[in-house]
Amino acid sequence: MNAPTLSATVTPPALPPRGFFRRRIFTTDHRVLAVLYLLLGLAAVIIGTLLSLVIRIHRVWPAVAFPLYGAMRPEDYLAVVTMHGTLMIFFVLTVVPQSAFPNLVLVEQIGADRMAFPRLNAAAFWITLASLFVLLAAFFVPQGAPISGWTSYPPLSAIAAAGPGQGAGMDCWIVAIALFCIAAILSSANFLATIFARRGQGMTFGRLPLTVWSWLTSSALTVIAFIPLFAAALMLFADRHCGASFFIPVGEVISGIPRATAGTGGSPMLWLHLFWFFGHPEVYISILPGMGIASALLANFTRRPVPGYRFMVAATLAIGFLGLGVWGHHMFVSGLNPYAGTAFGLTTIAIAVPSSAEVLTWLAMLFRGRMKLTTPMLFTLGFLSFFISGGLTGPILAQPALDAYLHNTFFVVAHFHLVMAMAGVFSLFAGIYYWYPLLTRRLMNETLGKAHFWISLIAAYGTFFPMHFAGLAGEPRHYAQLAGPVESFPSLIPVERGITFSALLLAAAQLIFLFNVFRSARHGVRAGENPWRATTHEWSPAMHPITRGEPYRYGPHSGGDEDFLPQWELAAPRAPFVPYPPGLKPE
Amino acid sequence: MNWLPPNGALHGIGFDHLLRWNLDTVFWLFVASQVLIVLAMLLAALRRRSAQAAAPVQPRSFLSFLFTSLLPLLVITALYIAMLITSHHLWAARREQANARHAVQVEVTGVQFAWYFRYPGDDGIYGRTTPDLVNAPAGNPLGLDPSDTHSRDDIVSPVLVLPAGRPVDLRLRSQDVIHGFFIPGMRLKQDAIPGMIGHLQFTPEVPGVYPILCSQVCGLGHARMQARLRVVTEAEFQRWLAAREPGAPSLSPAAGDRVGRATLPSPAESRP
Repeated sequence: MNAPTLSATVTPPALPPRGFFRRRIFTTDHRVLAVLYLLLGLAAVIIGTLLSLVIRIHRVWPAVAFPLYGAMRPEDYLAVVTMHGTLMIFFVLTVVPQSAFPNLVLVEQIGADRMAFPRLNAAAFWITLASLFVLLAAFFVPQGAPISGWTSYPPLSAIAAAGPGQGAGMDCWIVAIALFCIAAILSSANFLATIFARRGQGMTFGRLPLTVWSWLTSSALTVIAFIPLFAAALMLFADRHCGASFFIPVGEVISGIPRATAGTGGSPMLWLHLFWFFGHPEVYISILPGMGIASALLANFTRRPVPGYRFMVAATLAIGFLGLGVWGHHMFVSGLNPYAGTAFGLTTIAIAVPSSAEVLTWLAMLFRGRMKLTTPMLFTLGFLSFFISGGLTGPILAQPALDAYLHNTFFVVAHFHLVMAMAGVFSLFAGIYYWYPLLTRRLMNETLGKAHFWISLIAAYGTFFPMHFAGLAGEPRHYAQLAGPVESFPSLIPVERGITFSALLLAAAQLIFLFNVFRSARHGVRAGENPWRATTHEWSPAMHPITRGEPYRYGPHSGGDEDFLPQWELAAPRAPFVPYPPGLKPE
Repeated sequence: MNWLPPNGALHGIGFDHLLRWNLDTVFWLFVASQVLIVLAMLLAALRRRSAQAAAPVQPRSFLSFLFTSLLPLLVITALYIAMLITSHHLWAARREQANARHAVQVEVTGVQFAWYFRYPGDDGIYGRTTPDLVNAPAGNPLGLDPSDTHSRDDIVSPVLVLPAGRPVDLRLRSQDVIHGFFIPGMRLKQDAIPGMIGHLQFTPEVPGVYPILCSQVCGLGHARMQARLRVVTEAEFQRWLAAREPGAPSLSPAAGDRVGRATLPSPAESRP
């Protein structure tokens, strides 16, 4: 495929299939799949956000009765927290950056004609959808959804008697995760094959957009990290239903009844290792695509190339590689050997270095060229702001001595909601505002977009920043109520109340976004070709163009007629050789 | 920093200094980065208003790369390494030392949803426990085996009482699921993992009462799984020990803190 011949242009393209279902639903067209993934992510984020509001409201008004449900019991609270985390991490922060966006632009960005395995790619979507349905079914089975958090530590997750929701609800969770693993591995294998095997003519690795480098890294991480998670899910299922005891130790007693027989003992630590070997790379699977988007959009909206392209590629690969060796920092207080704590602290600090390198490059980019504060650019700046504010607490939590106080407090909740959730979601918004014309040929409304940005930014800081203080005060996660003997908890109630008001505002601001998305599809400004005057191939007028240069040729020195030179155009004065006469350019 | 509860542990002084230094450093880095972002946005807005051409652009020189990327990166890396080294001193002092021989020995057992504290008694040896003997309603929540002579003088308490100024060696266990043993006032946290025995050492210094929490979600009563640490003088500690009735049945946990089998919701009571 890397050496197309002129005869390829003679072959008539296959006619698109007819009928609504063939074209829009049971399709292998990656762009239609992108829309389906986006709709799936939208459904998941709406449910996940509503659950988070239930959490916030219950925390400050514990007696409030929810419509159609009534007052919450402690196990309901934990079930809501578990489902919120699972939905957001898997079905929003993995599905959208790692499945929807590559389907939307990956093929075009590398100048390919199609995915390497289109049917595998389509199958991955349907398995993801099945996984979502199985997960949501947990709400409706007897005893409801599981209560063991999105990390599902055994034995709480391994023995149905350990709590309400740990029976059928937990089974739903395990099956959903196993299905999700299969889907994620299939789609990532397809992306990897596509990037390696189907790049168009002239698309060398040195010309790949940084978004593609991000997807290359995150897809490799997905394949490596989701396989142990799949194994862990199978083992947990075997513990529950096949009499195995991978995670149930000798001497296990639940509610006064011995649950394990001697000689068959396993250890919950095995789950912790398997889960976090997935769990930490998962963070980078969620955020690396956003980092790629940030580089691309900063280049576009400052009209300057990305400085140190190779440096950025190296940093991305380094983050991916190091990301596989830091899982132990989730287990500092789990009785690891203290030397292991030191070692994982060291690897965690090491991964902060390439991350800081990327941040410094982005900050330097802000002061070069002329920044245009469009909505996608604002969301990129928001991403940058959250990535820094959430990332800076990373080196604190990387120190085992400090983590021995902060672990599982709201300080950690603040950390990952800023660096993973808010930075992640803001980069998703940046991508959606930026690529929206690819799907609708219209631009989203700028005024609404800016209102959406500013309200979201302020409300997100209002929601997650004060959580640092609650964490410093020692408030643990997963507490349905701040009751009991801790004297400092009542003084946290005003902070908690402020967080809840901010969270309500944050959720309300997303209504502006939803309105904008659906309204602009009909009434948005017509985008025309290449509305952002971008250089990467998804904006190329040709179907699968030849690549003639580096990805981010912006600025007066780019060699283009204006201040940019797209990848599909040659720098005219400097061109020593034209591979195809104009009339014979393969379209 | 005033957000932290008052510290009562010997290592907590160093911990508080370390955390304060880290938080200050990170806070100023946070402020500096956000100021840079806002400054860039203001410059962009001003330039657009003045509608004058931007300064002529030079291709990126090595000097600009040096000053905007490489040097700051080196400084930040040095800072990270400094953080790692300073905190490693504390970590090594806390965790990479042999147990103090004269330490007070207490075994902590996490059970859904209570903490139990067992003192080994005069013989200094914890008696045998058996899962089959676990029976909280009958006053033997840990399953102490009465046929073992070592268990006869064991003291089981729902309150952790410790003398001030003496090192303590906690032996951390869990009967059912993973619990997180967390004493904010002692700057102390470690998971109690079923099937494993963990050790946690510290020296309580300031007499007083400190809440003990569970920091790892362990089931529906997770938020209620709280106990108290009472740090008292050595004499008072000895008096308290002497007043304990040895043997398992001495135990009377706060009744509401125990959720027995009978109170677990049955499938019939599932949600509407």
